[in-house]
Formats: sequence, structure tokens, C-alpha cells
Amino acid sequence: MSAAAAPVGATRADPAGAISKFGRRNAWVLGLLGVLIGLFLFTKGIQPRYGPIPIQGLAVSVLPLVFAAVAQAIVVIGGGIDLSIGSMMALTSVVSATLMQDQSEAFAVGVVIGVLLLGLLIGGINGGLVVVTRVPDIVVTLAMSFVWAGFALLVRGAPGGGAASWLTGLVRGPLGNEWIPMAAVVGLVAIVVIWMPLSRSRLGLSIYAIGSDRLAAFRSGVPVGRTRIVAYMMTGLFSALGGLALTATTGIGSPVPGPYTLLSVAAIVLGGVSLAGGRGGVFGPIIAVVILQLIQTDLTFLSVDSNLALVAQGLLLIAVLMVGSLIDMRRNRQ
Amino acid sequence: MSAATQAYPRGGIAAVRNLFRDQPILPLTGLLVILVIIIGIASPGIVNAGWAGVILRTAVPLAILAGCQTLTMLTGGIDLSVSAIASMVGFVTATMIHSEGGVAQGIAISLAAAALAGLISGIGVGVFRVHPLIVTLGMSFVVLGLANVWQLQSVQTGAGVPDILRTIGSGLQFEMIPNSLIVFVPVVVLILLMLRRTGYGRLLYAIGDNETAARLSGARSWQVLIVLYVMSALLAGIAGLVLSGATNTASVSLADQLLLPSVAAAVIGGTSIFGGRGGYGGTIVGALILTVLAALLTVLGLPEPTRQIVFGAIIVAVAAAYTRVTGET
Repeated sequence: MSAAAAPVGATRADPAGAISKFGRRNAWVLGLLGVLIGLFLFTKGIQPRYGPIPIQGLAVSVLPLVFAAVAQAIVVIGGGIDLSIGSMMALTSVVSATLMQDQSEAFAVGVVIGVLLLGLLIGGINGGLVVVTRVPDIVVTLAMSFVWAGFALLVRGAPGGGAASWLTGLVRGPLGNEWIPMAAVVGLVAIVVIWMPLSRSRLGLSIYAIGSDRLAAFRSGVPVGRTRIVAYMMTGLFSALGGLALTATTGIGSPVPGPYTLLSVAAIVLGGVSLAGGRGGVFGPIIAVVILQLIQTDLTFLSVDSNLALVAQGLLLIAVLMVGSLIDMRRNRQ
Repeated sequence: MSAATQAYPRGGIAAVRNLFRDQPILPLTGLLVILVIIIGIASPGIVNAGWAGVILRTAVPLAILAGCQTLTMLTGGIDLSVSAIASMVGFVTATMIHSEGGVAQGIAISLAAAALAGLISGIGVGVFRVHPLIVTLGMSFVVLGLANVWQLQSVQTGAGVPDILRTIGSGLQFEMIPNSLIVFVPVVVLILLMLRRTGYGRLLYAIGDNETAARLSGARSWQVLIVLYVMSALLAGIAGLVLSGATNTASVSLADQLLLPSVAAAVIGGTSIFGGRGGYGGTIVGALILTVLAALLTVLGLPEPTRQIVFGAIIVAVAAAYTRVTGET
């Protein structure tokens, strides 16, 4: 249903050609970036006091959803979808908050590492079930969302627990310059450190390949089952980072899954990841998350009812995709 | 289930496989009966006509919502806006109880709003070819947000679930036949007849099986899809009316917890999420299975977290067994 891959420009070596090729390949992300900058200017226009402190707040509030969007992006690029991200975030958040409560700072380091491993494990279970049972991804992860949410409730029946002070410090305040929020730096570093090597490796290429055409990938020698499981493990890992971000930003863990699963799907599609798989990256979704949050902030500044902000987000989602789909259709016709 | 079938001789496997594929209702009904027997053993004396009536009453709103998923899944789509629309219709109707036109006006207005939401979703899916998952997800944000706005507007006028909806939603005749069958039976008959006897029903299967082939054969798939999503939204609205009557609550998040089970019921019932295969009969049994399963986990006295875990695990197990036996995904 979605269009074939965008026509790749001629592989000339001259720099102008390289730049235009980069621009065409990343047109969607660059467009999003333009929208984001425009939104920041607009925000500054309607609220002249909008400065470093609100931007730091913005970075803190988007952090969990940024990780959720990256988690969803990876599995969708691999041709799957994970509807249990919100539940996995709840589980990893309550586990970390419960273990860290009244413990030493050093012990918390072990907890963070353990929780990340837990994310890899539960993501691997999701992927393993998808591959072994051959049941559609959406069905397995939908059912597993109950399972992980159930485990979260087993760990802790009500919100509570604690977070090590270094962990909460990691997302609070600025880093150096007051315009650079700590949370944004930490989030980007975590994503870049994991995603950049992965996407440039044979494994990352395999994830794109199985998402683009599973049969062709199989015939080219890609171990399809194993690669799918790894994609799910990466999704579990980023969900765990999202859970840790929840613990760090709120200081506690809550066993009730937030709205992150469905919001992550919305964010990746806005961010240029095709639900059919094989197309997109993680940076488009990150920008999309910030845009969605900033629109909400702006509507608050304009004293628009916050419920209308939800309506605006929904309409924006539908409208942007309709326009994107129209562009695709016209390009295909030519 | 799959373990049991392994023991059959080869011809037997093929026969069982064909049975599962062609008549998914039979093995599913078997599973339903087994679950009921387990409940009877776990808590002797609880299973009787009155209990069955209560189970049926609980299952009706879920079965209608699962109908929305079945119809959209037949074309390879899905409708994530059903819970928001169902809640909105139940809620708006309840807030208009004191208006001049009374209950009928409330129902008419809220169902019209539901149809409008479905129309926009249908245009997004049918004309603009955006993925149904994302169109209906966006629509659910829109509907929920607007319902919240309406809630703030209508807070002072007072609200309540109309008596007639309470009677239809929660009443039992002779303490065993739920009144909601008045709504449910026509819905079932219409959907089954539509899928089996009308050209429109054939088109749904055709589009789900191979949309390009359907289009080249002269089917105007965009028209079929617009009608489909309007129909799905109206069904969701009807489910919302029954649900608000059954629970005697009107809230903008009333049906939220039914969204995932509605998809699960359709999948367990043998409808393929990739389209082209399935039917409403299996879905109804699937909805009954999920309802009985929830009742069983309650009867067993399991705490809520364990119930959720077992619930999810059983959905995976049933779907896996089904896939294994039929060899289809």
C-alpha cells in the first residue's frame, strides 16, 4: 500500500549532488525539523518569556515518549509492531523504583544495568513468541501487553518506590549552557550510542531488509527469525530506557501503563517511518514527539482547552498523513 | 489442542485441519464448553441459566465491538477508534437526557456524530490510502478530546443513563434472557447476512484478499471502505449505548478497556488480521470465550495481576494453536 522506496538520485561524486541526495533522502525529517524550528519561533512570539527553563521542562516531559518512539521505530522498521511498549515501560519502571528504594547510590547502578537487561529479555520473549508461534506481531504483542502489565502489578500494586539521586539528577537542569537541557543530552547520547552502530552494522541492514521484503531478505541469506528477535530485543531495551526515564522524571514507579504504546505509533508514523516496514529512522520520530508536545504547550499558552489540544493532535496526525500519502501517490503516477 | 492433534494419523490431521479452517466455530465452541465445565468444577452450582444470562449480557457489548474489528479486519484494516466512539455515544446520550427531544434526540445526535467520525476515517483509508491503524488512532484522539470538551460544557445540565438504556442493557427476562438481545440479535443477523449473502460482503473479502485484483475486477474499493468505516462507527455507537445501560455509567472512557479484547475476540474467532479470511460467527464465540475466561479467573480467586497475565498468555496460546493447526497466519 505504501509507496515504493523513494527514487535515489544519481550517484555522482560532486558535493552539490551529495547534498541534494541527502536532502531528498531525508526530506521528511528535514521538513519536520523546519516545522519544529517554526514552532519554537511561534512559541517565543506568543510567549516572550519562553526561555531556557521551559525548554528544560519540555525535554524532561518528552523523554519517556522519545524512548518509546525509538523503541517502536526499530521494530516497525523491521516489519513488525509492538503494542506492549507501554506495559514494558510500566514493568521496568516499577522494577527499578522498587529495587532502588532506600538503597545506596552504587547499588542503583547495578539496578539500572539489570533493568536494561530485563528490557532485552522481555523484548526477546515478545520476539521469540512472534517467530515461534507465527501468530501476527500485532496479536502477540497485544496479548503480551496484558502479561507485562500484570507483572508490573505483581511487583507493585500502587505507585511508589524511589529513585537514586544521581538518576533523577541525570534528567534535571541544564548541562553547561542553560539552553542545553540535561535530559535532551542524556536521551540523545543513549539513542546515538545504541542506534548509530546498530544501523550501520550488518545487523541494522538486516533489520531494514526484513522489513522491506522478508522473502527477498531470506533468499539473500539474512537469518530472518533471528533478526526479528533482535529487533524486538532492541525495542525491549529502549522500552526499558523509557521505563527508567519515567522513574527518573517522576521519582517513583507506577504499575499502570501510560498512553505510550499508541502515542509511539502516532509519533513514528508522523516521523516518517512506514508501517509497512523497511523505511524511516529514529530521528524523525524523536522530532515528531517534540512537535506534538510543543503544540500542546502552545495551545496552553493560547489558553485553548487542553482537550482541544488532543483533538488538534489527532487531526494533525490524520491531515499530515493524508498529505504525505497524496505526495506519494502523485510521485508514483509520474 | 495442537498436541492432541499430533496423535492422529496423517489423514486425521488433514481432516482436523480442514475442520478448523472451514468451521472454526466448532473447535472454538468446544473450548468454550471446556471453560464452562472447568468453572462448574471450580465452583459447583454456579453454572445455571441465570449465570449464562449474566455472561451473555456481559459479552454483548464486547461482541458488537469485536464485530467492528471483524468487518474492518476482513479488508486488512483495523478500527482503533471503536472504544472512543462507543464511550462518546453512551456519554453524549446520557448528557442529553433532559433536553427537549429526550432520549431519542440524544441517540440520534450521538450516532450522527459517530457516523461523521467513521466517514472521516473511511475517507482517510479509502481515498487517501493512509494505514487504517493510524487513521482510526488519530480519530480516537479527536473523538476523545471532543467528548471531553462536551463534558465540560454539559456539566451543569446534569446527566444520567436513560431508563430505557438501563432496561435494555442490564435487564434479564425470566432471570436468564438478557434484554440486550433485542439489539444484539438484529445486529448479528444483519452482519451475517451481509457477509454471506450480499455482494457488498463479498467485496469486503475480495478487498482483504487482494485489493488490486478487486479493483481491477471493477470494485470501487474506496466506496466500499468509506461505507465500511461508517458502519463500524455506527456499530461501535450501538455497543456504547448497550454498555452504558449495562454498567449504568456514562463516562468518556467507558469502553476503553474493551478495545484490546475486541481485537483479541476477532483474532481468536479465526478472522485473519491480514484480511480475506474469517467471519462474525467465530468472533461471537471468541467474545464469549474471553468473557467466560475472565469469569473463570475471577471464580478461581486469582488476584488481578495474575488474572491479566493468564489472560494474555491464553490469548497467545489459543492464537498459536490455531495458527499451528490450520497452517495459516
